Amino acid sequence: MSNEANSGNSVHSRDGTDVERASRSPFRATISALLRDRLALTGIIIVTLLALAALFAPLIAPQNPYDLAQLDIMDNRLPPGSESMSGLYYLIGTDDQGRDLFSAILYGLRTSIIVGISSAAIALVIGASLGLLSAYAGGKTDAILMRIVDIQLSFPAILIALIFLAILGQGVDKIILALVITQWAYYARTIRGSALVERRRSYVDAARSMALPDRSILFRHILPNCLPPLIVVATMRVAYAIMLEATLSFLGIGLPVTEPSLGLLISNGFEYLLSGDYWISFFPGLALLLLIVGINLIGDALRDILNPRREG
Amino acid sequence: MTSYLLSRTLQTILTLLLMSVLVFVGVYMVGNPVDLLLSTTATPAERLQVIQSFGLDRPVWEQYWTFLTHALSGDLGNSFVFNQPALTLILQRMPATLELAFVALVMALVIGIPLGVYAGLKPKGFLSKSIMTFSILGFSLPTFWIGLVMILVFSVKLGWLPASGRGETVDLFGVPVSFLTLDGLSHLALPAFNLALFKISLIIRLTRAGVMECLQLDFVRFARAKGLSETRIVLVHVLKNTLIPLITVIGLELGSLIAFAVVTETIFAWPGMGKLIIDAISVLDRPVILAYLMITVVMFSLINLAVDILYSIVDPRVRLEGDS
Repeated sequence: MSNEANSGNSVHSRDGTDVERASRSPFRATISALLRDRLALTGIIIVTLLALAALFAPLIAPQNPYDLAQLDIMDNRLPPGSESMSGLYYLIGTDDQGRDLFSAILYGLRTSIIVGISSAAIALVIGASLGLLSAYAGGKTDAILMRIVDIQLSFPAILIALIFLAILGQGVDKIILALVITQWAYYARTIRGSALVERRRSYVDAARSMALPDRSILFRHILPNCLPPLIVVATMRVAYAIMLEATLSFLGIGLPVTEPSLGLLISNGFEYLLSGDYWISFFPGLALLLLIVGINLIGDALRDILNPRREG
Repeated sequence: MTSYLLSRTLQTILTLLLMSVLVFVGVYMVGNPVDLLLSTTATPAERLQVIQSFGLDRPVWEQYWTFLTHALSGDLGNSFVFNQPALTLILQRMPATLELAFVALVMALVIGIPLGVYAGLKPKGFLSKSIMTFSILGFSLPTFWIGLVMILVFSVKLGWLPASGRGETVDLFGVPVSFLTLDGLSHLALPAFNLALFKISLIIRLTRAGVMECLQLDFVRFARAKGLSETRIVLVHVLKNTLIPLITVIGLELGSLIAFAVVTETIFAWPGMGKLIIDAISVLDRPVILAYLMITVVMFSLINLAVDILYSIVDPRVRLEGDS
């Protein structure tokens, strides 16, 4: 990174964008480009706020909605703006068990974010390792691995998740596992594609001629250059994982009812929707929507920034 | 071509076998269906009788072998719950799911392609930007939640469209369909649009990207130089070249529509096979789960195969493996 800094300092241009980009680390250049994009900035603000709210849920929430001792069944299905006997103010109403919906949403967001990020991270590590191996080893290994990826990608994610949840049963760990199984192939294919291109670059020949070990070439030279498309895929996949978790929980095959989950809240409210009690399903869905839109806005902008060849 | 078909068929069979082993062993490990089938007051003798009648007392591999040999002769076992052949149960519900998926696909194409072409032709325009914003939204909206909001708005508040069921059906070649009656259409509208929403966004984006790429190519410049009208260039030359890659996508998306119908069917109480599988998972109705998965895997493999072959016919530049 230090050689990039030298080249940048000598040139000055009026708008400074290109020079700036070259003079800073790629990471900081990406961040500053993101902050300059209005839509991406909106996304970052939304996601940061929601993430903070989820992180500090126990401090912000008026009650712990998953502690049965704190619930009053008499307060069930109160409309937004109601007040309980004990003086608790229900900003957006309560669900069928008398839970404060605002608190329940904060706790549900926690689960969504944890499930989304951890499943994407595990899938990324597994997928990226197998993708790199596939590109680097070539031959039979590559053929077999990519055939598996092809077959898996020809089935919709929800179907694969359905199969594994039918087998595994319910639970946070199980849904994370199911999401990892549905997603690793996307990462494997993405990184294999870029690694195949990078492998033919002259810096790899240079590293080889210096007799660097394979492992070091793979992880310290090829991998960093494959990261940009991987980051874009990962951002979009986190959003997709969060959506899939909520969908599966809504269907009653994801998280067990004892876990805080936006999908389960929406599913609980579905029963009362037809009688006009809209808020139980509506607000958790809105929170989910904001989170997913926020992440996708960032992902969309990242794709434009990290992949200049492609427009929009 | 023949060798390609042969290897693809073999691969499909292998996938099916692997899937069946995986799912069979997996489903076998989960819970004990006997507990769900019997009431708590059942005597040990009754219990034994049920276990024997379903063949649950034999080793897994033997149960699998029985399943496989029966499956090959078209018998996927009887549902524990309905006490009917699982295959029949699924085949009865399949037309409803397929109808929903096809209508959603047609909707996605009819809405998505024109919007995508427009956004590709005038990428800087205000309308195009709105279309693209809509498509980001379409990607991000949780489908099941939008379904609920649609029910809330169109059924509960406005009372325009029904929220559940298939409505009146008529028989088309012996298969009941909804889209030929007015009542059926009104029942189809919400679920089909709900299912199509995600795909509309996808098709808008793909068409737009395709059109923008096509406009840069030599043949478009040549057509312009020849003095062809812009309408003709767009409608004939650009569109034709944009639609080719769409074929692959449409094939894959049809499969994904069938899978995602699970969600839509649950929300709109659409009596298709997606609703059946969700119910089957919750009561551990093993034969139905297995039969559903086997049938979808076969269906998907066939769709994929058809897409690959179709693609090579439409675009002669694409050569199939083993066809050199």
